Amino acid sequence: MSELLFELDDPGSASDYLPPLDVPEAPMPFAPRPTLDLPELDEHSVVRHFTRLSHQTFSIDTHFYPLGSCTMKYNPKLNEAIASLSGFAGAHPLQDEQTAQGWLEVLFRAQNVLAQIAGLDACTVQPLAGAQGEFAGLLMIRAYHDKRGEGQSRRRIIVPDSAHGTNPASAARCGYAVTSVQSNAQGNVDMDAMRTALGSDVAAVMITNPNTLGVFEAQIEELCAAAHQTGALVYMDGANMNAILGQARPGDMGVDVMHFNVHKTFSTPHGGGGPGAGPVAVRAILEPFLPVPHVKQTESGAFMWDWERPDAIGSLHGFRGNAGVILRALTYILRHGGAGLQRVSSDAVLSANYILARLKGAYETANPNGCKHECVLSAAKLKAEHGVSAWDIAKRLPDYGFHAPTVYFPTIVKESMMIEPTETETKATLDAFCDAMLQIAQEAITDPDMLRHAPHTLKVGRLDEAGAAKCLNLCWTTPQEAEECETPGPAKRELAGASTY
Amino acid sequence: MNTPPDLFYTSSDEWLRRESDGTLTVGITDYAQHELGEIVYVELPEIGHKLGVDAMFGVVESVKAVGELHCAVSGEVVEINVAATDNPTIVNESPYQDGWLIKIKPDAEADLTGLMDAAAYAALHA
Amino acid sequence: MPYFALTPADRAAMLETIGAPDTDALFADIPTALRDRAALAFAAMDGGLSELSTRRALTGLAAKNTNAEACSYFLGAGLYDHFVPAAVSALASRGEFVTAYTPYQAETSQGTLQVIYEFQTLLCRLTQMEMANASLYDGATGLAEALIMATTATKKKRVLLPRNLSPAYRRVAATYTQGLPIELEEVPFDPKTGTLDLEVLQTALQSGDVAAVVVAQPNFFGVLEDAQVISEAAHASGALLISVFNPHSLGILPPPGSYDADIAIGDGQSLGLPLTFGGPGLGLFCCKQKFSRLAPGRLVGLTSDEQGRRGFTLTLQTREQHIRREKATSNICSNQALCALVATIYLATVGASGLREAASQSFHKADFARQSLEKLPHIERAFSGAHFHEWTLLLPISVAELNQKLLEHGIVGPYDLSRDYPELEGVALFCCTEKRTREEIEALVEAVRLICTTVSTA
Repeated sequence: MSELLFELDDPGSASDYLPPLDVPEAPMPFAPRPTLDLPELDEHSVVRHFTRLSHQTFSIDTHFYPLGSCTMKYNPKLNEAIASLSGFAGAHPLQDEQTAQGWLEVLFRAQNVLAQIAGLDACTVQPLAGAQGEFAGLLMIRAYHDKRGEGQSRRRIIVPDSAHGTNPASAARCGYAVTSVQSNAQGNVDMDAMRTALGSDVAAVMITNPNTLGVFEAQIEELCAAAHQTGALVYMDGANMNAILGQARPGDMGVDVMHFNVHKTFSTPHGGGGPGAGPVAVRAILEPFLPVPHVKQTESGAFMWDWERPDAIGSLHGFRGNAGVILRALTYILRHGGAGLQRVSSDAVLSANYILARLKGAYETANPNGCKHECVLSAAKLKAEHGVSAWDIAKRLPDYGFHAPTVYFPTIVKESMMIEPTETETKATLDAFCDAMLQIAQEAITDPDMLRHAPHTLKVGRLDEAGAAKCLNLCWTTPQEAEECETPGPAKRELAGASTY
Repeated sequence: MNTPPDLFYTSSDEWLRRESDGTLTVGITDYAQHELGEIVYVELPEIGHKLGVDAMFGVVESVKAVGELHCAVSGEVVEINVAATDNPTIVNESPYQDGWLIKIKPDAEADLTGLMDAAAYAALHA
Repeated sequence: MPYFALTPADRAAMLETIGAPDTDALFADIPTALRDRAALAFAAMDGGLSELSTRRALTGLAAKNTNAEACSYFLGAGLYDHFVPAAVSALASRGEFVTAYTPYQAETSQGTLQVIYEFQTLLCRLTQMEMANASLYDGATGLAEALIMATTATKKKRVLLPRNLSPAYRRVAATYTQGLPIELEEVPFDPKTGTLDLEVLQTALQSGDVAAVVVAQPNFFGVLEDAQVISEAAHASGALLISVFNPHSLGILPPPGSYDADIAIGDGQSLGLPLTFGGPGLGLFCCKQKFSRLAPGRLVGLTSDEQGRRGFTLTLQTREQHIRREKATSNICSNQALCALVATIYLATVGASGLREAASQSFHKADFARQSLEKLPHIERAFSGAHFHEWTLLLPISVAELNQKLLEHGIVGPYDLSRDYPELEGVALFCCTEKRTREEIEALVEAVRLICTTVSTA
């Protein structure tokens, strides 16, 4: 635990950073606010405070971080160096296009190379994150059906029950009803259930490939064909692209529209939760609906913002998207090239299968036939026999110096643990992680109670999440100001059906 | 798993009890509270609210799961358990007694025959 | 090849453990035709450059962009060139913060979580609102989320958007609401003052079916509204008030809480973030606590561990998409956490006095620049309303022409309001932050004088 900024407040101690005002002072035409209750610290205290907090944060730079579905790969320092160049960091999106040709070229090249990676015809780099990419993609689908006069009749989106929660949430944001279809035991879309769900009122099917069990949907071409036959389009969640870069392209599979999570696949940092970017690639039939603005190249070779797109779904951001994130992704793609990106998926899949091979004796697995970039293990047996849950294992791993895998997602596997190692970990690291997982499986038998109270070596022990929700405190107040609320205390609880990733 | 014999059960894990005054008390089952884990929030309808058959009338939430509450018979909400909204933990501790959720005055045609008895419900989650 | 950690020997040993002959065997479930097509396409891709070559290529592109390090920017329009102390970027670029994931596992993410909790608290204090979330994408999407929340909370459909609200915000609001039962209605501005037309507003509110009134303070023209009066009008008709604020201006302007805003949103770029061509920005979202269960995005709450030690965790996650799916309050997952970190460090570094000083200098410099420009022949003030650090002038030439010529003087000039407002041909939106010096302002005035004199005598 560290003191809060507000407890370190030392009024009058803040450094000054500006020269004295060098213009005449005019009377203000408004009454300035009387008080401004912000803490003041000397700069050294600020530096020490945040440096200490950084030490209480597991990150890719400090720890192996095998969160399934999150692709926690090394974030190259070159990306950051490029993004901090003043020519990029200091440019304003509303300045004249002629004075921003370098930026426009970056975005133009990103549009092109991402379309190429997707095997599709066009791409927008405007969406700000994967979820907004989904939203944009579905709005394009909606606009497409509208244009064909079928907008009113196609009101449903089919989403497999194993999909990321953003899929149905994004569909709802577009005013669509969501039909959930069950996956089969292998985590694949059940083709019979899919055929039953399809119909003339369906606008699109949303799929994730590889799916959230880390398995490639072998029937993907059949699925796309079935959807197209009924007039529906196919949307692919690109969260798991790290598995198939250069191995299979969504456009070739029959997918009509997809988003990338560049903070997953293309190494842009997660930043403790963002910012991300969610470029969306589309087949030519959807190109007229891409959001504005779009970067285009004129005949003279200059780059410009294209706003004259009458069928566009609109714009998604106050300016031009998370350009700084796209720049980092392009840097990474240029550094790798096609062959490098193929090596990315190849090593990522190799590493995941290695972990699977080493751990499948100690834990049950949802991947009896191997996996792609992530493997899904289950602690169901340990839970039944020793009362140790996936949650307990996740809490114990930090004691061994590893971040937890994703637990309780996908929800279709009981006590699931989803492990995604990525291509940027050494074999020694993978081995050390597997050793820890095997050791924990032993501890579950010999000392289950210790596991139920893990972690034991961090600044804080297991935190009371229920207490936080029951006694909501989102904003620091001094003890005198705080409303009476029962102090959150230790409590025993189960986490059934929870998803944490 | 505790399934008292004198109650009616739904496949969505609610129970209903016929009271002597003709009202029905509704709550969630022991199985449901166990599956959810520690309940941190209960949202209930206002008194006087009319419910259709299987209408959603509220939610119970743990930290990482949400249970939607459905009422198997149509009727009017005549009482809600404020103790449960104030201290949701009682739904975990006493799902059939102190942790009840709402009382409804069922419509004339309300029919409980389609619901499960304790044995059938226990078999469902065996 | 870059960034790979496995050696050929590692790969061979791993394949042996797996029991696969080669890595190709691990992709045997992908139809061959798909693999062949992908291989062909990737073989044709550019790239595969060394670090030095990559850096050269991109540095070359960076050099083609005019930027705030090299030129004087009098352009704002929602994105501002403020001074940022060195400590801010030094701390915010620490790898532990930059390369962490969303803090779903609380115990291993206490640093990130405490920072967000401090961010939420700083924002509450700055705005005098009851709660703030952990961030949204940017101000424009923040407004869209606010509109959706307000219509859900009030169960009404109509939302009043002022025409003097940023056109970009209005565009994004239209994009976000196109599939939803929400009706956007525009409220005009007074052509003399540039402020919201209160009469039209009152009329629009009469029917009592308005979910929310939006007020931008200051508005897109830099002009200050009578937020108190607008707030009272909205509340009298049962509508919520959504305030669109610039956090930097709150160093001296009355905060949204002081005029009883129900929801307050803004873009936090002005709190220490670089321009970066407009993104990443930082969506700020604050509201009254009674709306906590309808709020979009992540929230961090205070709690304790088994030994009673203080800690922090994500909370009320049942609102979010990963649990509530299609019934979630929003589809947002990734937010702008790292940008919230920057804003937190910025505010901690400059403190109350530093923010007040920067905001106050921005106003005084803007006022000085406006007065100096207004003294030039053929130039007049476009709107009479009081301003903060942006103001409008009617020029004798087109703004595009002025800007073209200002570039020759090393100046990035004002925003051309005719791009969004056909009725405002020749009206320029200037901005001055604390970073502009008297020398730069005087150079601007002299350049404008030269340009406008030459043109009007030609």
